[in-house]
Amino acid sequence: MYAQMVKTDGKGIKPREEMTPEEQRFQDRIDAGEKIEPKEWMPEAYRQNLIRQIGQHAHSEIVGQLPEGNWITRAPTLERKAILLAKVQDEAGHGLYLYCAAETLGVSRDELTEALLSGKMKYSSIFNYPTLNWADIGAVGWLVDGAAIMNQVPLQRTSFGPYSRAMIRICKEESFHQRQGYDIMMKMARGTPEQREMAQDALDRYWYPSLMMFGPSDKDSVHSAQSMAWKIKINTNDELRQKFVDQTVPQAKYLGLTIPDPELKWNEEKGGHDFSEPDWSEFYAVLKGNGPCNRDRLEARQNAWEDGRWFRDGLVAHAKKADARRAAARVAAE
Amino acid sequence: MPSLPDVMTPDAEALAKAAGNGARAPLAAGTLAHDLFTGLTRLGDNALILGHRVSEWCGHAPVLEEDIALANVALDLIGQTQLWLGLAGEVEGRGRSADNLAFLRDAWHFSNILLVERPNRDFGHTLMRQFLFDAWHQPMLKALEDSNDARIAEIAAKAGKEVAYHLERSADLVIRLGDGTEESHARMQDALERLWPWTGEAFVADDIDLRLAEAGLMPAPESLRPVWDATLTEVLSEATLTTPDSTFAHTGGKQGRHTEDMGHILSSMQWLQRAYPGATW
Ligand SMILES: [Fe+2]
Ligand SMILES: [Fe+2]
Repeated sequence: MYAQMVKTDGKGIKPREEMTPEEQRFQDRIDAGEKIEPKEWMPEAYRQNLIRQIGQHAHSEIVGQLPEGNWITRAPTLERKAILLAKVQDEAGHGLYLYCAAETLGVSRDELTEALLSGKMKYSSIFNYPTLNWADIGAVGWLVDGAAIMNQVPLQRTSFGPYSRAMIRICKEESFHQRQGYDIMMKMARGTPEQREMAQDALDRYWYPSLMMFGPSDKDSVHSAQSMAWKIKINTNDELRQKFVDQTVPQAKYLGLTIPDPELKWNEEKGGHDFSEPDWSEFYAVLKGNGPCNRDRLEARQNAWEDGRWFRDGLVAHAKKADARRAAARVAAE
Repeated sequence: MPSLPDVMTPDAEALAKAAGNGARAPLAAGTLAHDLFTGLTRLGDNALILGHRVSEWCGHAPVLEEDIALANVALDLIGQTQLWLGLAGEVEGRGRSADNLAFLRDAWHFSNILLVERPNRDFGHTLMRQFLFDAWHQPMLKALEDSNDARIAEIAAKAGKEVAYHLERSADLVIRLGDGTEESHARMQDALERLWPWTGEAFVADDIDLRLAEAGLMPAPESLRPVWDATLTEVLSEATLTTPDSTFAHTGGKQGRHTEDMGHILSSMQWLQRAYPGATW
């Protein structure tokens, strides 16, 4: 998931005795592992929360096209160009499935788009970081898609049917992306000294932002507790971050690259790595709009939308004319 | 003006040779191998440069479906580039791969038609360029399926399926936007007029084209004109657009004389390969 800091409405989990009979039945179904389908009854807060979470995820896929799209025209071989094009196309496809999943909850894609463009809805802050050298395309696949998978695999079991199904489809493609990203890193890390330098530089810049993708610690958060009770969040942010670090450290070692954290070491007792927290003040600054690319990313999407208005209007107008002509032909035939 | 020093010393000659290291001696012009190599790079370069232009839209299209569709078209074109330039390298027989040809030739060795290097401008312009190209590309590939060279016929058959779909899509959008709002109509008409002088080149034969046609390897360029004309008449009239009546055509791309845009395309496309020679990616 690329949804950080999605706050649940209300004050944490509603105690069972305060639930209406309908709410109790709903919670029982979730506890029994049943999927909730769009036409079925659901608490309004559940619906609103899902709209925000799925919408934010969809927006992230769309904005996520930009940092990678930045390198398509400069990809170093025809094959790398094709792979990158296909990847960015997949991300647009993910956006499309997710907007469709959100639409089943009664919000249109256009409404969600307007909310993104006006800044009312967020997208994952990771895409507010720039892609500065070719190894960044490797690092994004390896680390960013890797972190996304870590988040999304558990969400295949989420309680809302359309979201769960979208996650199953998306996860398959994301793991493909991660492999391709790692493959670029291998080539770079084992290439010329300049290529190794690019690879290390990419890891240095993407390591902490990738850790931030899981969001700040939420082990005491009442909001997260409600999301977990509803199974629209499955693990805590810290659990996922730990898993990600443990998975990534040996991969970096295999590449011969150094993770930019002098505190990083294996902790036998906990059976995982100890590592430094990212700088959370940077995280909040980026979230507020002060990341390196926030303005550029949003502006690129706003321009695409504004510049495309005549195109969308043209298609709508044509469809109306075609309908009218068909209707007239029917009348004439009668 | 100071007199120029005499640089034609043996040393300078050796230096010039060393500077050209890696650029192998070209095939002799006028041979069938050279003709075929050139014909194949014309096909490959059209696909590569148009694929490059289309891919510039990635993430910036007016709707999500168009982002996906454009990426599809670009992907098809890059795939076709690999096939055509791969075969060109094989025919040349000097060990150049499709990547070598794409990333290590300079502009004057590129032989795409000028139309495909025209800038994207707005989305309507991009679509019109695509349609004008597809309407030529589709019958071209159809004719290439009958090439005497089985390798050419095979690539053409594969690419032809993709391009039939490109044409269907670009023609459909040209119709819908031409016959859409006043603004979309005006934009499409403007695009048609701006691009018009760049369309004729595809049908102008040079000696290489004539010999390739003679040998039954590739169709004569003007033989594709009737199908192209028919497609345009049908689509543009349904789109309520007016076909410009000028017959003027810019030429030169097929012979390696390009527009100013070409250098900029190559300077981004080839940058990594040029900056880090010999690296693998
Ligand atoms: Fe994705
Ligand atoms: Fe991905």
